[in-house]
Amino acid sequence: MTQDATVTIEVDGQLLTARPGQMLIEVTDAAGIPIPRFCYHKKLSVAANCRMCLVEVERAPKPLPACATPVTPGMKVRTRSPIALAAQKGTMEFLLINHPLDCPICDQGGECELQDVALGYGRDVSRFVEQKRVVKDRDIGPLIATDLTRCIHCTRCVRFGAELAGVRELGATGRGEHMQIGTFIARSVDSELSGNVIDLCPVGALTSKPFRYKARAWELVQRDGVAPHDCVGSNVHVHVRRGEVLRVVPRDNEAVNEVWISDRDRYGYEGLGVDRLEHPMVKRDGQWRVVDWQTALTAAASALKAAGAGLRTLVAPSATLEEMYLAQKLTRGLGSPHVDYRLRQVDFRGDAADPALPWLGRPIAALEHSAATLLVGSNVRKDQPLLGLRLRKATLRSGAVGVVNPVDFDFNFPVAARAVVPPSRMLEALAGVAKIVGARVGGTIGALVSGASPDAAERALADLLRRDGDKAVLLGPMAQAHPDYSLLRELAAAVATASGATLGFLAEGANATGAVLAGCLPHRGPAGAPAAAAGEPAAAMLAAPREAVLLVGIEPHLDLADAPAAQAALAGSKAVVALSAFRSSALEQCADVLLPVASFTETSGTYVNCQGDWQSFEGVVAPPGEARPAWKVLRVLANLADVAGFEQDSSEAVRDELRARCVATPPDNALQGTVDGAAVLVPGGGIERVGAVPPYAVDALVRRSAPLQATRDALGAKARIAPSLAARLGVAAGDCVAVGQGGARGVFPVELDPRVPDACVWLPAGVQGTEALGAAFGELTVAKG
Amino acid sequence: MANEVCFRLMHLPEPWRLAAYQSEGGYEALRKVLGGGMPQDQVIEEVKKSGLRGRGGAGFPTGVKWGFINRTAPGPRYLVCNSDEGEPGTCKDRDILRFNPHALIEGMVIAGYAIGAVAGYNYIRGEFWEPYERFEAALAEAREAGFLGKDILGSGLDFDIHTHLGAGAYICGEETALLNSIEGRKGQPRYKPPFPAQFGLYGRPTIINNTESLASVPEIIRRGGDWFREIGVANSGGPKLFSVSGNVARPGNYEVPLGTPFATLLEMAGGVRGGRKLKAVIPGGSSAPVIPGDVMMDLTMDYDAIAKAGSMLGSGAVIVMDDTNCMVRVLDRVSYFYYEESCGQCTPCREGTGWMHRVIHRIETGKGRPEDLDLLDDVAAKIQGRTICALGDAAAMPVASFVRHFRDEFAYHIEHRRCLVGG
Repeated sequence: MTQDATVTIEVDGQLLTARPGQMLIEVTDAAGIPIPRFCYHKKLSVAANCRMCLVEVERAPKPLPACATPVTPGMKVRTRSPIALAAQKGTMEFLLINHPLDCPICDQGGECELQDVALGYGRDVSRFVEQKRVVKDRDIGPLIATDLTRCIHCTRCVRFGAELAGVRELGATGRGEHMQIGTFIARSVDSELSGNVIDLCPVGALTSKPFRYKARAWELVQRDGVAPHDCVGSNVHVHVRRGEVLRVVPRDNEAVNEVWISDRDRYGYEGLGVDRLEHPMVKRDGQWRVVDWQTALTAAASALKAAGAGLRTLVAPSATLEEMYLAQKLTRGLGSPHVDYRLRQVDFRGDAADPALPWLGRPIAALEHSAATLLVGSNVRKDQPLLGLRLRKATLRSGAVGVVNPVDFDFNFPVAARAVVPPSRMLEALAGVAKIVGARVGGTIGALVSGASPDAAERALADLLRRDGDKAVLLGPMAQAHPDYSLLRELAAAVATASGATLGFLAEGANATGAVLAGCLPHRGPAGAPAAAAGEPAAAMLAAPREAVLLVGIEPHLDLADAPAAQAALAGSKAVVALSAFRSSALEQCADVLLPVASFTETSGTYVNCQGDWQSFEGVVAPPGEARPAWKVLRVLANLADVAGFEQDSSEAVRDELRARCVATPPDNALQGTVDGAAVLVPGGGIERVGAVPPYAVDALVRRSAPLQATRDALGAKARIAPSLAARLGVAAGDCVAVGQGGARGVFPVELDPRVPDACVWLPAGVQGTEALGAAFGELTVAKG
Repeated sequence: MANEVCFRLMHLPEPWRLAAYQSEGGYEALRKVLGGGMPQDQVIEEVKKSGLRGRGGAGFPTGVKWGFINRTAPGPRYLVCNSDEGEPGTCKDRDILRFNPHALIEGMVIAGYAIGAVAGYNYIRGEFWEPYERFEAALAEAREAGFLGKDILGSGLDFDIHTHLGAGAYICGEETALLNSIEGRKGQPRYKPPFPAQFGLYGRPTIINNTESLASVPEIIRRGGDWFREIGVANSGGPKLFSVSGNVARPGNYEVPLGTPFATLLEMAGGVRGGRKLKAVIPGGSSAPVIPGDVMMDLTMDYDAIAKAGSMLGSGAVIVMDDTNCMVRVLDRVSYFYYEESCGQCTPCREGTGWMHRVIHRIETGKGRPEDLDLLDDVAAKIQGRTICALGDAAAMPVASFVRHFRDEFAYHIEHRRCLVGG
């Protein structure tokens, strides 16, 4: 039989065409023929355990499960014959006898598969007069509520963990009626994808803990949205009641997030109601006063206009495309070339060599077919959970992943080769790989490569890249925040070229690709055009006090590479205008005008994800208080500052204006030059900081999501060190160490973590408690505290 | 004629020893096969000719099953022996392991050769510690003597046997649950197809046979398929071990030719204890439908006769009940077993076994309702044929048959809230 051969089957008298070997239920689903089911899910393996999809197949002695019966030529199926219906109704009765039928107090009520199917296949009155089974609930963490008495044992959650999430956190223990779903060991469910089991659970056994008892499904209005936390841009449904976001669930998009979302995208909305800036405020004589919009806007506009070329503008990488575009347009319109979104980057030596439009380097779905992937400075599983999931699928298809990382992160896929080295040795490791794959390069990295003496780990990494097939070298956020990012990037590109792989970027924020398109860069205007006048990159902007600084969506103590230096510069600046959705004492200390703006779900806008999709969305709830969408605020600021070109009356008009300029700007990762200059971070025998940003510290919204902050992934301000270093320092877990970085000092509790290289301290950036320290990477002094 | 195949060494003082086994023709069959005398297909043909049917309960022709294996496909194949013997009433495989382990080993090597397996696994019921040790000792003897391991008898054949001790779950006697258990997974049956002959242990083609089936193979090879077949009757070749238990004077394992009248078997077991009246017999392990005593006395012990009477020869566990037994109480106990042993994977069995047991237990304890008997019939019918494995059928069939044959007794229990038996 050839690949494209088809078979014809007959279902309820209707002729259907199918691929040989396809399961019956896939064919009937495609044809819109309803067959009830509970355990079957198109993204999970077939379990055939619920027996709800039993149908009559001609010449089969008994009813067969449609989910596990492959089609055969000429097969005749009846889905609603007396035999099929008797089997389906029989199963329904069995499923209901021990189900508590507590629909009136169950969160799933109204969106419950069991309820829906029972309506069609259940009896009105139960024949079961025995005592029903009761199962003790388990606390599996802050995200998922359990009511295990309601469980119908479909095992979708178990299969999701084993097959998709790659962590066997939930399992079915016990036999027969005593079978229970639970964690194998007494602990929480910690997968970054765990919330998906809520959607998978066909009953109310697993529900959203933060959403619990908040609303009934029929009270909610479902609106479309795009998740704002990472470069995937997962498609979501936002569930709204009376102007309040009560829940976020996935919206199917096979090319982006399939049917899943990360826990960050699911629960980030919980930060929406926390610390909101609801009124325009102006600082007068050191005192914050609530003022009307007119007053605040006039104050802000005059300050910005007065600064003119002295203005510095920093935009968060999760701002919308429209906000980014207008912010740079306003800045440049005022005569200042200084605008940037690269808040955590410290090495800008490669700006001239920047690719035209950095992106993932391939469609997201293509990651699943990657034969070999080299991750450099990436914890993809936590940074971009859905890209991690795609890579996991690649490994299940015999693809291999290798890493050059400063911490031996736990991935949910096997890592075939790893160089886990202090940040100062990442260049060396990558140079070793480059040497073996035969990279031909000159300049600084040429010297690095020719001087490399590759070790076994680097050889193993190079071997991965010698595989046949589609290969990728991906630079993660830790590479981009590295003091020698420009050299790392050039090396990575050289490795990719020499090994036939493609280079890709796993950028921080939801809109890094959009930021480049919008021209939110000191050296590039919209659509990647060279800037008329080169401005200062982000770090240089806040190297000294300025005439005026415009902050768009930034928390200065947590979002900036060298927060203490930046805060000092801001405090000394003449005028700091901040567009912010949230209040924070750090912002209030350094700003002069606070303009309240909309957050996630409150504004229309566009994110451009890492595969280059322009994903626009509408505002689905009103911002709180007097807050307004930031694009409108920027537009009015420009009007008040007499900058031309700000007549747009909708975010769509802003987007279309930019889009018209971007028609000839395809994604392109090719470096446009080379970098000369020595490595900044050189191995010196000292102790180094690894300042990776934890997944629930990436932006202002997620930092305020209480349920996410209660998970184990919300790494606090702890010093994670290898046991060997702890022994040398004479400290044990729970002791404190005094850490000095530059002039700053902090005392942090110690956690022993063998995944951290010996001469390193993993001390997260972006979290409360470490903001007094400097950049994410650098030398530290560490002593028993 | 009794004790001709698996029990043929029972007259010897220590029949489990290699020396004892060899003194009566042991490992001659293996020499015959590996000495170049019998190509693989001929071994399979001989077993087909013998009429040997799976002794674990399903009665599928062993030689035909071996023929399902595609020996030309690349990659390893496995042989698995099912010594999980969990069917209530059955204790025959235990005695093969205890008294004739070398017959099983020889049978496994021959079967492994015939299907081209790279290794064999013997999955022994968790409670069988003594048989496990006996079998392990026999494996060591066989290895020492060159009947097992590398280059067996200089033939170039490499084949070894690994023992896997279960952990007490009845469901692991189901062949695909058994495979999962060996692999370290939860012992739950797999949906079939694919069948183990295509996708078995570790996803490789696998043949799974019962202990008694495999232990019969050496005599089939040594004395010929025809010899074996002629011991039995049409469609039921060879002798079979019957574990006779219940209200008999001499309960135990008896190896008799298939087709032996039940009356003869009952007589061998000393007749009904105390000369009481035979009330009912479960002829093939607790999952086989019960047969009233008077019907049973006219039957012969072979696959067709028992099937014609509406039951199954099954594993050969003959549970004899005299007229002191309350059939409600018996079914209460039997249904409790299936309720506890259902693996819980698929809905009808997980939910239905508990439902049936609770209803039967209510009737037994004087809380029955008139509608309960129809309910039991209906629930049993909704389990049967709708589950992943045969445990659902095994749980449903006793219920349906007890209620059918002894409906009056159940009705009396419901109406009078007490037992008919013993007044």
